[in-house]
Amino acid sequence: MTAGAAAEAHGHGHGDANLHPPPIHYSSRIAPTVVGIFLFIGSEIMLFGSFFTVYFFDRVVNNTHPWPTINPATGIPWERPWFVALVNTCILVTSSFTMHWATVSVKRGNRAGLQAGMVLTILLGLTFLLTQVVEYHRLGYNTSDSSFAATFFGLTGLHGCHVLIGLIILTVMCVRAFRGHFSPEHHHGIEVGGIYWHFVDVMWIVVYVTVYIL
Amino acid sequence: MKNPFRTEESAFRFLVLTIAYGALIVIGSKINTWIGLAVFVVETAVVGWWILTQGRRERPIQQAPAAHPAGERRILVIANETVGGAPLLNEIRRRSEGVNEHVLVVVPALNSPLKHWVSDEDGARDAAQERLDASLAAIRAAGITASGEVGDGDPLQAIEDAIRTFAPDELVISTHPKGKSNWLERGVVEGARERFALPVTHVVVDLSATQSPAN
Repeated sequence: MTAGAAAEAHGHGHGDANLHPPPIHYSSRIAPTVVGIFLFIGSEIMLFGSFFTVYFFDRVVNNTHPWPTINPATGIPWERPWFVALVNTCILVTSSFTMHWATVSVKRGNRAGLQAGMVLTILLGLTFLLTQVVEYHRLGYNTSDSSFAATFFGLTGLHGCHVLIGLIILTVMCVRAFRGHFSPEHHHGIEVGGIYWHFVDVMWIVVYVTVYIL
Repeated sequence: MKNPFRTEESAFRFLVLTIAYGALIVIGSKINTWIGLAVFVVETAVVGWWILTQGRRERPIQQAPAAHPAGERRILVIANETVGGAPLLNEIRRRSEGVNEHVLVVVPALNSPLKHWVSDEDGARDAAQERLDASLAAIRAAGITASGEVGDGDPLQAIEDAIRTFAPDELVISTHPKGKSNWLERGVVEGARERFALPVTHVVVDLSATQSPAN
């Protein structure tokens, strides 16, 4: 048994260990990307949660009846275009499938599949957004007409903003995909964009069920 | 709980499940409002049960010590009260034979949850320092050269901190026997094996059976 120097044993100067930068240390024991996506989802849940709180406060706590409220001009409740929204839901859900196809394609080295998946996802997202804008114009009421209208436009509009941001992200990803920036080993941009797009889809399911159906 | 948006694949799976979740509620509510409510309650209960039972644990990132100069063996010893016990001293002595050993003893500054949250840790650190001094005296009396330090109140965090600065080759965790050890109840040994990419030796020291100078 040989004696070790106690001072050195603390490892503050480890000879050749200092010749290169030390490996990254994650003191929180959670990878930064996971922490980032947790924080993002947390902030989004709070944002949508505040809008849903207003919605349910008006509908349940205020006991607004009937729901949707009555249009004073016609004497019948404001319209909730549930069927058009259902078609739009199918379009958005399909866009998630094409997004997933793009991600699977890049992992398999299928560049054509990646590009086709990205283009289709963007087209479907654009269709969703344009359909929503057209529907807004057709409805015949606005945010100032009733509390129902305010919460309706608030929730669907907030989601629409997320779709718009998602489309911008997807467009950037698509340009990069056509420039050959992604490979089976390096496709973090596609992965993160896909996560965001699926998140937007999940939020739409919640918004659709709450605002249009229940 | 596992993050459902950790990867694109898991996010897509979560989306499909959300569609199924929402669709069943809508179908139920179209039949009858109360059926829709019942479906919602049942589905939510199932999801809650799954999160609590199946999806709770998330595997941590495994920490590996940095490289250190060849020709020496670094042994990190984590113990609270048991470091002066004969079984642990014998284990350290056995592992130090024939090598240029560096032994670092870390004694976590165990604290009550309330004091931890209000950052009142002076008393805990003083008590840990006293235990460390007694432990080092016992180890040195056994002919082993060692240094020591007071660590974080969480034993796994204390190990992680020491791994970062000491770069050990192996880890020795000393605990009381099963039934007397709080660390065993908390799964410290299993947690260390899961979190740290280095050999972990668990030494059980029954102080009631082996009277040692540290106690």
